[in-house]
Amino acid sequence: MNIFKIIEDIEKFDPEVYGRLDSRRKVFKNMGSIGKKTALAAIPFALGSVFQKAYGQSSNMVLDVLNFALKLEYLERNFYTQGLAASGLITDSAARAAIQKIQEHEAQHVNLLRTTITSLNGTPISEPTFNFGKNFPDWNTSYQTFLTLAQAFEDTGVRAYKGQAANLINNDTVLTVALQIHSVEARHAAHVRRMRGVKGWIEGAGANSNVPAGAQPVYAGEDNVMQGGINDVKTVGAGYSAAIATAAFDEPLTKEQVAQIVSLFE
Amino acid sequence: MNFRIMEKPTQKKEKLDTREGSGLYAPQRRMFLRYAGATALATTLLLTTSCDDDDDGMTDPEAVDLGSGDTGILNYAYALEQLEAAFYTEVVARSLSVFSQTEQQIMQDLKGHESIHRDFLKAALGSAAIPDLEVNFSSINFNDKSSILTTARTFEDLGVAAYNGAGQYLENAGFLTLAGKIVSVEARHAAVIRDLITNGTFSDSANNQGLDPAMMPADVLQAASPFIVTKISANNLPK
Repeated sequence: MNIFKIIEDIEKFDPEVYGRLDSRRKVFKNMGSIGKKTALAAIPFALGSVFQKAYGQSSNMVLDVLNFALKLEYLERNFYTQGLAASGLITDSAARAAIQKIQEHEAQHVNLLRTTITSLNGTPISEPTFNFGKNFPDWNTSYQTFLTLAQAFEDTGVRAYKGQAANLINNDTVLTVALQIHSVEARHAAHVRRMRGVKGWIEGAGANSNVPAGAQPVYAGEDNVMQGGINDVKTVGAGYSAAIATAAFDEPLTKEQVAQIVSLFE
Repeated sequence: MNFRIMEKPTQKKEKLDTREGSGLYAPQRRMFLRYAGATALATTLLLTTSCDDDDDGMTDPEAVDLGSGDTGILNYAYALEQLEAAFYTEVVARSLSVFSQTEQQIMQDLKGHESIHRDFLKAALGSAAIPDLEVNFSSINFNDKSSILTTARTFEDLGVAAYNGAGQYLENAGFLTLAGKIVSVEARHAAVIRDLITNGTFSDSANNQGLDPAMMPADVLQAASPFIVTKISANNLPK
């Protein structure tokens, strides 16, 4: 194994590799001081730790992801708590029971994320002030507007967690917890969507999601059909429609895309 | 840069599907992951799965081996998607009349989603894909809505728990994201099926921390084994 060849290879894809490694120079110095035989054997392990630090997956990155998720969970918890308290908003008993159940899950997610962040020696962000009426003034007087926003929050939540999974790949425990929250958000999303009379899954870029134009960022890119290097996933078998091909794969959102959506309520 | 799964599981040669997939595209990051993953890949552990009578831990020569590493996990997903796709294909072929119009559309959609998951994974795995599995649905009454829905709930909840539990074993970030794209769709299915059985039970799978289950491959395969005739070995999956 030629360590410099490896770094050279990485440089082709990441021109900043030397910059990233610069602060870890000491490790390379140390490696030079061990006997040649030992050094060769130690290289894979030393490299692992150098790269892990240089490329994130550090505890800081994990904490960033957790605080990012916490903000979304605060938003959802706050939204449902206020919605349930708004007089005359959610009157149907089945609807109330469903929203209550979802609110409880979001509250549990807030608590779990806060505990996890603290246990990793991080500091949970405090709850921001949300302004749901900023762009949707009838959010707590119109049941339909309330449900539309609920759907947007749940579908955004699913996409947000999905977008961060890769950033947790080196922390199995946190990754698994994130996945376990992610699928619960998807269950919420499916139910809320059907409360509004739309399908539980997302076809195209929100074509079947019945949201106003302003909410389109929530579904941007959901019409993607390029999966795992296959240019058009419709072609993996016979007779797959665009609706089937796009609904079968939920798409991630980046942190920035999510922040953009959240900013409509801050 | 193209990335193709190189490993081949060791099942009988004549059963091998020789169809060439188009391979999985690797984002830039994978080059790095291939190096960084080198040490982690060295750790595999034998685990015995559904073979309770197989105390020596030896792989049954008749069994289909899922393989190791990320390939093994993708084959594991492929096995589950085969099961789900076969089930909904049967439902759509035999049982639509027991459902309302809305429910019929749901069953058609589920058949489509699970079939494209199956065909996608097969194409992505290429020559490393396990062969077609033989299923056994004799315990299901396809004329009975309740029998169909409870089986669907079992499969969908199991699928969610399987992906949730397997994510941690994937070394490749691209594959992890792909698994994430599929698992939330399985969770949507599970919620809808649960609501068809009893409205409002969409997320009753979650524990008191608001977490869905995450199951290990051995437990998932055990739970699925009454419906799968083909013997499956998960002995070489990451642990």
